[in-house]
Amino acid sequence: MFIPLFNQYDWIKELESIYRTTAEDVRRALARRQRTLADFKALIAPAAAPFLEQMAWLSQQATQKRFGKTIQLFAPLYLSNECQNICTYCGFSLDNQIPRKTLTATELIQELFAVKAMGYQHVLLVTGEAQQWVGMPYFRQMLPLVRQHFQHIALEVQPLDETDYAELRSLGVNTVLVYQETYHRGDYRKHHPKGKKANFDYRLACPDRIGRAGMHKIGVGALLGLDDWRADSFFTAMHLQYLEKTYWQSKFSVSFPRLRPHAGGLQPKSVMTDRELVQLICAWRLFNNEVELSISTRESPRFRDNIIKLGITSISAGSKTNPGGYAVAPQSLEQFEIDDTRDPAVIAQVIRDAGYEPVWKDWDHALQL
Amino acid sequence: MKDTLKIADKIFSSRLFAGTGKFGDHQMMEKALLASETELVTVALKRVEHSQPAEDALLAHLAPGRIHLLPNTSGVRNAREAVFAAQLAREALQTNWLKLEIHPDPKYLMPDPIETLAAAEQLVKLGFVVLPYCHADPVLCKRLEEAGVAAVMPLGAPIGSNKGLVMEEMLRIIIDQSAIPVVIDAGIGAPSHAARAMELGADAVLVNTAMATAGDPVAIAEAFNWAVKAGRQAFVAGLPGQQVTAAATSPLTAFLDL
Repeated sequence: MFIPLFNQYDWIKELESIYRTTAEDVRRALARRQRTLADFKALIAPAAAPFLEQMAWLSQQATQKRFGKTIQLFAPLYLSNECQNICTYCGFSLDNQIPRKTLTATELIQELFAVKAMGYQHVLLVTGEAQQWVGMPYFRQMLPLVRQHFQHIALEVQPLDETDYAELRSLGVNTVLVYQETYHRGDYRKHHPKGKKANFDYRLACPDRIGRAGMHKIGVGALLGLDDWRADSFFTAMHLQYLEKTYWQSKFSVSFPRLRPHAGGLQPKSVMTDRELVQLICAWRLFNNEVELSISTRESPRFRDNIIKLGITSISAGSKTNPGGYAVAPQSLEQFEIDDTRDPAVIAQVIRDAGYEPVWKDWDHALQL
Repeated sequence: MKDTLKIADKIFSSRLFAGTGKFGDHQMMEKALLASETELVTVALKRVEHSQPAEDALLAHLAPGRIHLLPNTSGVRNAREAVFAAQLAREALQTNWLKLEIHPDPKYLMPDPIETLAAAEQLVKLGFVVLPYCHADPVLCKRLEEAGVAAVMPLGAPIGSNKGLVMEEMLRIIIDQSAIPVVIDAGIGAPSHAARAMELGADAVLVNTAMATAGDPVAIAEAFNWAVKAGRQAFVAGLPGQQVTAAATSPLTAFLDL
């Protein structure tokens, strides 16, 4: 269990030690063959900023060595925007007066065809947290439909129990993503005042439950900017290191959703610049050569085009973050604003132009018994 | 904070484990073990004689109290024999610690991974503190860990070969992945090999042949003690890596300046 390990650490102490990093610490971290958590801390510190070009180069080398010149493409398919949680940063928060929608089986099929038509053979299913609309009964009904059309199913839904994950696995789910949002207990409570999500520990222990259920891939991450992104990234790295050791038969991925300042919305506690996001991605790669690193359409086209070569292994494209967004109800409200609206075909061309191969399929459900 | 090693319920100040075979005589063995400062020695159950006068018996030469005994199952060829030998050892030596070794092959003494895993699963259930000797196989080590063993003891090279860490790349993976102590066993032929193992992050090493068959076992035992300490200290301090210089012709991060 991760929680006892996590509880031994103190946010402030870790944060201070990140900011105490010297250029010498960074040089030492860069020179190492196998890097530790302490090295990761050094590489995300302000002291590492002048080393960014060198980090990018090393990150590129390490990524190509492990993954080759390939980039996975993926698209989220939102099943529902029903949600019983209040999250201060989310468009689907319970206290937002928006039309709520959950896809019916017929609507889901329409959406599946639309996503498939873009070239995808894997899909990421997303929901809010609303047991009565999108709980296990709903997944039991919908997953067989998805499985008919897709080779690989990833899920980004509310935290569930271990037995649920085992059942989801038997229904064809291959990957589960669950982001802690922030590892800062106090601020977590502030941002999640109501709903099941308010339970910090239940969420923190979720990757353990997924791992115990034997899921093939587990995704972790923090909503960068909700709190100090450096401290949150350190705790994410510690979490990943623990998970890798414990659930050694699972694969892992990390995402980098960045909270952007925008009018009327929640203002980030720490604004993360493009340069800092590149630093973080490279630091991750130098810390862990095997983890999948993912970037979404929240980021700008220019940023995404350039980040392809620097350590990222998967990017979403053509994403709609509203239920029915691909075919059924394209005009409904999105969960978050998309910056890169280009079609997957265009993104695939960008990837090819960079000398990389776009990958649309990397799993076959025949392999999963 | 003192750098100690904890395996199951025991805490060790020394990360050098030793063997008791091949020394020639018990007096020499005793001197060498004292010089090594070891706190854990493995004893082959098949060598323990109960009929000898007390002063000659192997056990009388193992400083009681300071040196813990780790009986081993050397000689057994399968899981069934190993479990039986383990129970005998527990009776005879009054310890539930066990170095599990199963080698069906009398020439190279290669550990049998399948029987070792099966025996480990049973012995853990029987309440033993199991330290299995095994191949430098990362998956096997994780499977043993899941079976509940207290530490894994992958080999550095064929046993008795003195060849050093020929399995280094695999050992690196094992050390990186393991959630329990990793003790490099077999193949360590020189203090420099032991230091190297500790620099890689091994929790301890077990040395027998190189100590027992050296020209001066006492002097070599002392050298191993220093080597293990030096290697450990270097690992804890954090070894510097090799300088890497980026030679990108077109800067990868220039887009951030625009």
